[in-house]
Amino acid sequence: MTAQLERVEPVLAVRRPRARRVGRRRGRLISPAVVVLTLVTALSAFPLYFMLVMASRPNSDITSVPPPLTPGGELFHNIDRVLSNPDITFGKAVVNTLLVSGVATFSVVLFSSLAGFAFAKLRFVGRQPLLGFVLLTMMVPIQLGLIPLYMLMSKLHLSGTLPAVTLPFLVSGFGVFLMRQFVVQALPDELLEAARLDGASILQTFWYVVMPVLRPAAAVLALLTFMERWNDFLWPYLVLDLDHPTVQVALSRLAGGYYTDQALVMAGTLLGVLPLLVVFILFGRQIVGGIMEGGIKS
Amino acid sequence: MSTLTGTPARQRRTPRAGRGSQGSRGEQAAGYAFVSPFFVVFAIFGLFPLLFTFWVSLHDWSLLGGHTWSGLDNYRKLLDDDHFWNALVNTLGIFVLATVPQLLMSLVLAQLLNQKLRARTLWRMGVLLPNITSIAAVGIIFTLLFARDFGLVNWLLGQVGVDPVAWQQHRWSSWLAISTMVDWRWTGYNALIFLAALQAVPRELYEAAEIDGASPAKQFRHITVPMLRPTIVFVSLVSTIGGIQLFTEPLLFNSGANAITGGTTRQFQTLTMYVYEQAFTGQAFGYAASVAWVMFAVIAVIGLVNALLIRRLRGVA
Repeated sequence: MTAQLERVEPVLAVRRPRARRVGRRRGRLISPAVVVLTLVTALSAFPLYFMLVMASRPNSDITSVPPPLTPGGELFHNIDRVLSNPDITFGKAVVNTLLVSGVATFSVVLFSSLAGFAFAKLRFVGRQPLLGFVLLTMMVPIQLGLIPLYMLMSKLHLSGTLPAVTLPFLVSGFGVFLMRQFVVQALPDELLEAARLDGASILQTFWYVVMPVLRPAAAVLALLTFMERWNDFLWPYLVLDLDHPTVQVALSRLAGGYYTDQALVMAGTLLGVLPLLVVFILFGRQIVGGIMEGGIKS
Repeated sequence: MSTLTGTPARQRRTPRAGRGSQGSRGEQAAGYAFVSPFFVVFAIFGLFPLLFTFWVSLHDWSLLGGHTWSGLDNYRKLLDDDHFWNALVNTLGIFVLATVPQLLMSLVLAQLLNQKLRARTLWRMGVLLPNITSIAAVGIIFTLLFARDFGLVNWLLGQVGVDPVAWQQHRWSSWLAISTMVDWRWTGYNALIFLAALQAVPRELYEAAEIDGASPAKQFRHITVPMLRPTIVFVSLVSTIGGIQLFTEPLLFNSGANAITGGTTRQFQTLTMYVYEQAFTGQAFGYAASVAWVMFAVIAVIGLVNALLIRRLRGVA
């Protein structure tokens, strides 16, 4: 903690107003917080590392005792076996998931921006109760309605197909709430007033004035939505047929006991996790920010 | 926790209040048009299925279309259904086993993350990493870690002289393994929620405590926990809603053709698994719907209690 070593303890009188700099841990090299956090991060990462190890080993290594803890040389061979397995159709699953997640993400961002803007800036009768209702929907356990939802999809002849897992997720209460918070914080009334004086319609104002301001929040919402869709399990598992798997459903089939080939299963799991890992490494700051922002709702 | 959501908007509106508190006709129309996509989609695919579940639960209902009114028969049957009670006990047991340590750990973690740290974002990403892993992947990886004959957990236990555990076989061990999966995925996420709330706590409180010689443990007990109480209630509520619907982890923990029963003696079958089993392997839609509706009622009651708690805490503050 060199930063703290450099900080010479100020005279007591000066310290009061700048109380942020209480240098109690001065002189200690590593704070206990850092030690514990390092440990926690290691625990966070270990199962994923373990997955990588197992995905890079021949299947015969999986059952060896003690379990292997270093990567082997079979990673690309195992990945190749996953991709070429005709029962799993992993490539198809990836395309399906990209489609489903992409459409839902686009829709959630668009409709959340519209509604968030309306709730923050437009005055209409019943605005507060409607907003309260949106907040309530975030608490409602939607998955308990899956029996009628299944019937509904059968009636619409959508059972088994991709629209069945896309349609219910075209909007999100969380998204509406997040965008509303952001509009309240980031969009000054003066900007809207100026647009109005220039004769812009409300739709034009939304598109040319509001959306550009919302871009950072829209990006965060897009990231969170995409990850949630990519990882969704129960509903796709229930409603999709064998011809239309998503990645998570394909994984559950892979692991479902028909294969005792754990190296294959782990390589598939790695492939399923990898895209989000890349997204996370690239946009970790935004994702962390979005979750913390959403958490202040309480 | 500081903001009641309505307030900031209302404050902002005041300067324009001269034009009347409601917008022009065009503004009204745009308001409704902009929020309607949310409400239309939610009504069809969210609210309707939820409410219709109750209607289905009052019938003998099979997918092929036939259904006859049966009143409260399904609910009466529930009372005598051992498998239902078993699933209820499992769900609550796993929930408590997972949630109590998880909330404690995430509170401690939040306080650690709230220290002055270099590379703050990296630490936060570190604790969030499990949460971006899909539940399916978590289930698959941990099932391998908990394998009886060659799993890493049993090997580690062996190093300290503990005999290998057949994790799937007993109630306590399967609950423990499933709780571990839940906690691994959610502790860091909740820590970030707590951290967000913690950042609103005035630093002066901690500094004053430190000057008075209060240990970190004392600071945690006497500052962090009381100041975060509304957030703790909120996170408990969200964890409860999630916990009662637990499905994927126990499903994947028991691979094979009968995965949905949660073990040979149903030792880790949860309520959602039971709903699924009744509806989609047993074709008993009406009965499954009654289980789902009971779950909804439980969640609604817990939600209400939480809301009252939060209101009271706000009143105190």
